[in-house]
Amino acid sequence: MSLEFTASEMMSVTAARALTSDMTCFVGIGLPSEAANLARLTHAPDVTLIYESGTLQTKPDVLPLSIGDGELCESALTTVGVPEMFRYWLQGGHISVGFLGTAQIDRYANLNTTLIGDYREPKVRLPGGGGAPEIATNAKEVFITVKHSRRTFVKDVDFVTTVGFGRDGKARDNVPNIGRGPTVVITDLCILKPDPDTKELVVTSLHPNVTREDVIDATGWEIRFADQLDTTQEPSAKELDILRDLKARTNAHHSGHQ
Amino acid sequence: MAEFLSLKEAVSRYISNGDTVCMEGFTHLIPFAAGHEIIRQEKRDLTLIRMTPDLVYDQMIGAGCARKLIFSWGGNPGVGSLHRLRDAVEKGWPNKLEILEHSHAAMACAYEAGAAGLPLAVLRGYVGSDLPKVNDQIKFIECPFTGERLAAVPSVRPDVAVIHAQRADRKGNVLIEGIIGIQKEVVLAAKRSIVTVEEVVDDLGASVNACVLPSWAVTAIAEAPKGASPSYALGYYDRDNVFYKEWDGIARDRDTFQNWLKDNVFEKGAA
Repeated sequence: MSLEFTASEMMSVTAARALTSDMTCFVGIGLPSEAANLARLTHAPDVTLIYESGTLQTKPDVLPLSIGDGELCESALTTVGVPEMFRYWLQGGHISVGFLGTAQIDRYANLNTTLIGDYREPKVRLPGGGGAPEIATNAKEVFITVKHSRRTFVKDVDFVTTVGFGRDGKARDNVPNIGRGPTVVITDLCILKPDPDTKELVVTSLHPNVTREDVIDATGWEIRFADQLDTTQEPSAKELDILRDLKARTNAHHSGHQ
Repeated sequence: MAEFLSLKEAVSRYISNGDTVCMEGFTHLIPFAAGHEIIRQEKRDLTLIRMTPDLVYDQMIGAGCARKLIFSWGGNPGVGSLHRLRDAVEKGWPNKLEILEHSHAAMACAYEAGAAGLPLAVLRGYVGSDLPKVNDQIKFIECPFTGERLAAVPSVRPDVAVIHAQRADRKGNVLIEGIIGIQKEVVLAAKRSIVTVEEVVDDLGASVNACVLPSWAVTAIAEAPKGASPSYALGYYDRDNVFYKEWDGIARDRDTFQNWLKDNVFEKGAA
């Protein structure tokens, strides 16, 4: 029997499955935070979640609206200062996975969260880099989760806020002390991975009921598909229940004035 | 020793037009009451530094206090844009705003270097990013021992640091608990500091490794209950996430914003 689920739920569940209990994950706010906590509440109860506000090994009951909600601190093993977080824990090499979202991503998995248009005269000014530029290079690998659309998936980002593999796919070559970079991108349509040689993103798995044309239409470059193209496993009833409960708790929590 | 002043007096005495001001608090303990007092006193031409400008700088920028902003993430967390910041950058309203942007790691290191009295901070950062192309305060240096290429940014050493904390004792020692951000670093990096607190107590009740600023490291303390709201103070009140969402609608429109400012800042005096 097939379950009813939305494309967003498919994305969150697939992103959550990328995490395992033995990982130490530096979590970005929004979709990555949803996926990371879903992982913790399902198949990866011992995954270590770290937020840049300094909260180490945190277990929030509801998803935080901001990166520094009190819930993160109160449910953490300990909370350290922001310089310590970035210098000792991230730059020091203790993070296995950086989990990021983005506004724009290109074929070499470079991320733009700075602006659309020209830097001096932006069409749209976005929030900026935050923790991402160093998470992407100092974590051992990077997972990215973002909704798939032509606006988001562009051939070349307007601005490289956070490096994937650079404008030519070679930005990490011969750089000492740098992580592997993006190893998987999870969208609401598919899973993409960088080609081992060129580093260009290639679709490796389509979500159920998604066609190649759907992905081609939503991608701003000539997207390639792996020779062996998989179909992503559907969410289970348990995963959907836990995700929906988490989101309902979160919405209830953030809808009342304190 | 820290001097106990009213917030009005502290801002009036220690913040001047043209100063470089850092008002810190990483999501937690954001000094909103102090920000509103700066708006009421119509301070101008400030260089504002903050990792996450948040609503407090959105309000101050919209009120015309700022000439320049140095930051690393300028959004409304979990909600979207800071519309007053965007209006200033994109349209020059109410005045042109120069921006200089970093990553969080670089700013955290720059504050720490400021506290350490160093001219620069060194980090393994900005690899492959376009940020160094648009920010001339980001340079690369070679490690003299290993030859590794590392990023360097100037330390932050502001004229004034402004933070909010849970409490001070009657001698002026300050306790900060929870997400401590870079509050200690910014106070130690600054020439002068204003600390607003939820309350003044006989005994801080600090544990041996708590984040405590000794009275002699702080310039002025002002009692400001709920002084971090709509941000929060661990142990006192929660983050008003509903207001953070509502701010999107208030700040999107210049008139709505100005009406909000009039009703909620100008017509409400400091405690």
